[in-house]
Amino acid sequence: MTSRREFLVLACGALSGAAQAQLPPDIGAKRKAAAEEALRKITGGAQLRTGKVKLDIPPLIDNGNAVPLTVTVESPMTQAEHVRAIHVLTERNPQPNVVSAHLGPRAGRASITTRVRLADTQTVTAIAQLSDGSFWVDRVPVVVTLSACLEDGLI
Amino acid sequence: MARTVVNMPAQAKRGEIIEIKTLAGHTMETGFRHSERGEPIPRDIITQFVCTYNGVEVFRADLSPAIAANPLITFTTVATESGTLEFKWLGDKGFTAAHSAKLNVV
Amino acid sequence: MKRGAFFTAAAVLVAAAFAGEIPPAERKSGYEFMSRETRAMQDDDATNPGTLWVLEGESLWNRKDGERSCADCHRDAASSMKGVATRYPSVDAKGRLLNLEQRINECRVERQKAPALALEGRELLALSAYVARQSRGLPIDIEADDRVKPHLEAGRTAFYRRQGQLNLSCAQCHDDRSGIKLAGNTIPQAHPTGYPIYRLEWQGVGSLQRRLRNCFIGVRAEPYAYGSKEFAELELYLMWRARGMKLETPAVRP
Repeated sequence: MTSRREFLVLACGALSGAAQAQLPPDIGAKRKAAAEEALRKITGGAQLRTGKVKLDIPPLIDNGNAVPLTVTVESPMTQAEHVRAIHVLTERNPQPNVVSAHLGPRAGRASITTRVRLADTQTVTAIAQLSDGSFWVDRVPVVVTLSACLEDGLI
Repeated sequence: MARTVVNMPAQAKRGEIIEIKTLAGHTMETGFRHSERGEPIPRDIITQFVCTYNGVEVFRADLSPAIAANPLITFTTVATESGTLEFKWLGDKGFTAAHSAKLNVV
Repeated sequence: MKRGAFFTAAAVLVAAAFAGEIPPAERKSGYEFMSRETRAMQDDDATNPGTLWVLEGESLWNRKDGERSCADCHRDAASSMKGVATRYPSVDAKGRLLNLEQRINECRVERQKAPALALEGRELLALSAYVARQSRGLPIDIEADDRVKPHLEAGRTAFYRRQGQLNLSCAQCHDDRSGIKLAGNTIPQAHPTGYPIYRLEWQGVGSLQRRLRNCFIGVRAEPYAYGSKEFAELELYLMWRARGMKLETPAVRP
């Protein structure tokens, strides 16, 4: 993952020896496009509805290396009506996919928890894919801060 | 084999939804970092986690480099019958890890 | 208020704000400076990544290395190691100041007749995490007896010494300015209450010495070498400064 430090260093126009990645100036647009493409791959262009799915992620983060994240979806989780999959995407990480969880009625409850890496302050998107073919979305903006006193001494 | 931790009840009532917390020791090298000499460090991550319950898949997760190191995955399943839950982690460079736990359903 | 009195009062307030040591009752673990989510990560053994190291340490405890395993002499760690980590660094029979990792190595070399484990290596950290975990919840118990006093003084001097290109002492951040933000994070009081810790920044477990090296680099000072006397003395002072506070190993920190 290109570190947040590299983002900041490049933004200031300075290039330290330890920040090897030379990011192109349109990197933000490129990553956003990649995120949109990843979303399209999941939904096949289907409409995204708001509701049912809830993305629980702290709005202000101690450290972008391990951010706890929980996605829950309101669903009876029966054979007739359940959540098939939960997907999480980011728009500013080097690549947009975070996790895709495949559930089903055996889950009992549509809920997953994991810890993710966030390269920068950005919006995280959770998508629930239901058994009836519908897609539901929740988007949460998150602020990522840096730890102080690091090993590579960039900050 | 890499260290894994699985936390779930040993016993549950039939139909009860149980929560399963899993941890796997893995650096989850993203493939986006470079060494001090500017050489790219190749990706090395866990790509998939599967849980089977008496042989039937009940949960599967596809992971990416955006999953933090030493991945935590918490999910739920319905206690349908007594038996064994098998957990498998698969990843780059032929990585595998496995863990199994017995569930007594009353 | 007369102007003279106002300035005197202001000067007294400023002096009091930068008076030095944190009063014992006002000491707070780094735990209390973390977000709710990071605290939750530490609190639950099932989600605390440090658990992976503790479990590895348990295997190593039972593994025969050289002529015997730790378990062969120390049996069940939960009872034999209870309280041990709260008393390190300490001075051994030969008069050397050793921290917990160094003491484990001394045991390996002298008693197990096994080679010392690499400092900051995975196995030594796992063993140290396992041993220190047996003291979780117990108060840090460093006593300033005669053997320890000269080392303690050396550690205290280092804590108050300005150093590095930024010319800052540990005390200036951690005594005088704890609770204030630095680079988005809140400056803690720097009590080593949970070592070895799982640091989110490292995405792994590391020792107090590794964390201190990060501090040295933070002020652009040359860090002490791993296993050095200087580090042991600073560790000793920090543990003494945190005496009475409860051990949280394996702690999670940003």
